[in-house]
Amino acid sequence: MQHDPSATPRRNISKAELFFGFLKIGLLGFGGVAPWARHIIVEERRWLSDREFAEILGIGQVLPGPNTINAAVIIGDRNQGIVGVLLCLLGQMAMPLVIVTLLAVVYDRVAAIPEVGAALIGAAAASAGLVLGTALKMIRNIRPTPLSYAIGAAGFAAIGLLRWPLVPVVLVLVPTAIAATWWERRK
Amino acid sequence: MTGVLAELARTFALLSLVSIGGVNALLPEIHRQVVDIHGWMTDQAFATAFAIANASPGPNVIFVSLIGWQVAGLAGLLVATLALLIPSSVLAYFAGRVLTRWSHHPAVGLLRDALIPVALGMMLASGLSMMRTVDHDVVTVLISLATTVFVYTTRRNPLWALGSGAIVNVAALHFS
Repeated sequence: MQHDPSATPRRNISKAELFFGFLKIGLLGFGGVAPWARHIIVEERRWLSDREFAEILGIGQVLPGPNTINAAVIIGDRNQGIVGVLLCLLGQMAMPLVIVTLLAVVYDRVAAIPEVGAALIGAAAASAGLVLGTALKMIRNIRPTPLSYAIGAAGFAAIGLLRWPLVPVVLVLVPTAIAATWWERRK
Repeated sequence: MTGVLAELARTFALLSLVSIGGVNALLPEIHRQVVDIHGWMTDQAFATAFAIANASPGPNVIFVSLIGWQVAGLAGLLVATLALLIPSSVLAYFAGRVLTRWSHHPAVGLLRDALIPVALGMMLASGLSMMRTVDHDVVTVLISLATTVFVYTTRRNPLWALGSGAIVNVAALHFS
């Protein structure tokens, strides 16, 4: 592992902190959980540095399953073992499950109000900006090497611009990224 | 009823193991299973459920939870959610253990460094694809861009930007 000067000193995060941290991430996680997870974990609670968070998110991304759920599993286990995993998952899912069921019950009455639709679309448009701004901020803080920039840009172009299917892109991009990182380190 | 629950569990547990990129990447396959193969929902109900899940906070797994709820009530919600979460989470649990255990091995360090740009590229791509789905006029594009700048330049709670986005878009409805 590379030494990371911005890394916070290791300490075990308590069970209650894990549960309530992920409860907040789930509750706030409009339009994608990853930016909120970073906001709470890196900026608000300082559990992890940007680099550590990106590493865990990267692992969560290439494994099957939602990336923030996988990240919750890994963070929970590292701090409090299997109980930590369950608390992080329960925390992240609890409020969203209640809210989505309530919305489903009132949806037909509410959906016809134009202001409600406009507010939802306005918030969703902001969520898109939240995802972009968070990614840019992580890039600024992590300061990738030139080859890392190229790998990230290739992934962005393939998925975001060309809209190629994710699985084959990941299958090509990950080995390429490993080879590039290895080559860059040898120099 | 038990038959439906068993079928929900089987369907989503299998999808869980192939869900690289999360639920959104699986959308076409979920549609095929839920609407075409099992006939649990109409096309219209499926689209509505997707809209509701998108308006809720939380991981987009809750779209699958909502399908379970619409198909078989609370039991369906629990079965669909757990079926989708357990297989991939067990895999993540053991993968995370292996990586932590061998964290000082050079190959693990290499893998972790290599995955960072992949994660960042995917995150940028998902922001762009959200903009493409949601932003259909100048106002929404401006809301997205203004939020990008707000999040990039400040450490303030992003909820301010989401609230402002909602208010601006409602105001635009009245002034246009």
